[in-house]
Amino acid sequence: MVDYIIETDGLTREFTRRGKGRETLRKTTLRAVDELRLLVGPGESVGYIGANGAGKSTTIKMLVGILVPTSGTVRTCGIDPHRERRRLAAQVGVVFGQRSQLWWDLPVRESFDILAAIHQLPGAAARSRSTELIEQLELTEFLATPVRQLSLGQRMRAEVAAALLHRPRLVILDEPTIGLDVLSKQRLREFLITERREHGTTLLLTTHDMGDIERLCERVLVVDHGRAVYDGSLDGLARAAGAERTLVLDFADATPDLTGIPHTTHLGSEVAGARQRLAFDSEMTTAATVLAAVGERAQLRDLSIEEPDIEDVVRRIYRASR
Amino acid sequence: MFGGLVANMTFGFLKVAMLFATVRAAGGTVQGYDVGSMSAYIWVSQGMLGSVNLHGRLDFSERIKNGDVAVDFLRPVNVQMATIATEVGKAVFALIPRGLPSVAIGALLVGMTMPTSPTAYVLGLVSLVIGITVSFSTVYLVAVAGFWLIETRGIQILYMVLSGFFAGLFVPIALFPDWLLALAEATPCPSMMMYPIDILTGRTTGGAAYGLVGVQLAWLAGTLLIGHLLTTAGRRKLEVQGG
Repeated sequence: MVDYIIETDGLTREFTRRGKGRETLRKTTLRAVDELRLLVGPGESVGYIGANGAGKSTTIKMLVGILVPTSGTVRTCGIDPHRERRRLAAQVGVVFGQRSQLWWDLPVRESFDILAAIHQLPGAAARSRSTELIEQLELTEFLATPVRQLSLGQRMRAEVAAALLHRPRLVILDEPTIGLDVLSKQRLREFLITERREHGTTLLLTTHDMGDIERLCERVLVVDHGRAVYDGSLDGLARAAGAERTLVLDFADATPDLTGIPHTTHLGSEVAGARQRLAFDSEMTTAATVLAAVGERAQLRDLSIEEPDIEDVVRRIYRASR
Repeated sequence: MFGGLVANMTFGFLKVAMLFATVRAAGGTVQGYDVGSMSAYIWVSQGMLGSVNLHGRLDFSERIKNGDVAVDFLRPVNVQMATIATEVGKAVFALIPRGLPSVAIGALLVGMTMPTSPTAYVLGLVSLVIGITVSFSTVYLVAVAGFWLIETRGIQILYMVLSGFFAGLFVPIALFPDWLLALAEATPCPSMMMYPIDILTGRTTGGAAYGLVGVQLAWLAGTLLIGHLLTTAGRRKLEVQGG
């Protein structure tokens, strides 16, 4: 029997909203999470994606006992999160990309000391772990700086260290790379890969960044209106979405719209047709075939290929499931 | 901190002007207060002003309003106790830069009667710390109402208006007419400020002083219990603001 790290069944959360003014007494119910069934085993790495308002954050807050489910069951690390919130807190580390768990006016180092005390970590264990985190996340240069003076990239690295100080079995990251530049994202991802490899940590992360998913996650879960609409591998996701690639074609002269090329869709033209965008299905045709067909009609000057982005994949999955 | 001290002193002198006039108009004593003990009341109460929460504001209500309370619930601690302990720690520290100088400056410039027995000071300090704690365990109740109301400024202002009056910040509650005194004693407010002052200034001594500390402890237990129940109930109701 496998002991799941995350185990939910029929997990549902509703919010009631009241109307304005004369409608104060009229309540409407909003279902943020709808009968979610989710099983995550130890050591798995799951990307949790969906549009804004799809219920991702609400799910996370129920997994760690901040919010109470309206119905359904949830167990995290084998614990009922709401009833035994404090016991669970010792086993889970959470980063909310848009909130801080550090002390705004205190140096980073002191925030770590306070967190070590809150988690009642033995002195030696706390020291060796924070040394490890400080090294891997490259925090040394700003350890003595008050949190309010850190750049966003520095602060996010410190936030991740703060969430992992007590060696949680499960790490939940809610949009950890939001607002970060390419280099900071890269560092953070490398750190998380190392952390998983060395400690077997289970990872659940929400993101709008396809790069996060590609680098970090073996499994992807897509939610729409609180329901899981896809659960499987990343490759499978691209197939299920039938995600098309887009060719951006630049021509020497103004060119009539390139419609009617097999297995492609003409997405639009700019500059009187001197730049056109064609989507093609990579399962049905190849870029070379498409280019040959284009070459017969006009003189190509330059081209680039756009990969499907996460929003696009999500939108397609949504369309397919509705 | 320095600004707070200046404000304490200014209002201290205002209270001196009004309350000394009251004592003199009453022929030298009023309800057991003479000029010396009235002065002690004034400067000790001014000294406590920076530490006893009579304004009703708490970072925690801000955290409920902006959703940062989610982070508080991520920690393996009792949120109510952690909130109150943090605030009491800050408040006790504020006695050093703000409390002691107020009393010292008042004593030097105006003069006051102070108790001679060491018990008054020891028990007084205990009573002072309990008083500070009662103020925060009560203000926590105002803040935790935010689980239902989100915006608690209305209750906070109501608390600010009533608590100072009933705690004996403006005049000693012994000067209240009987019915008003009874009303004040039915609230936790005298436990926050009036009782510690009575013990620290030697107005109440012996068994009666221990009795006051007992009343303080009862209010502390009561407000903590209600706060605990409201926190538990509120968590079922909680919606984290701002996603």
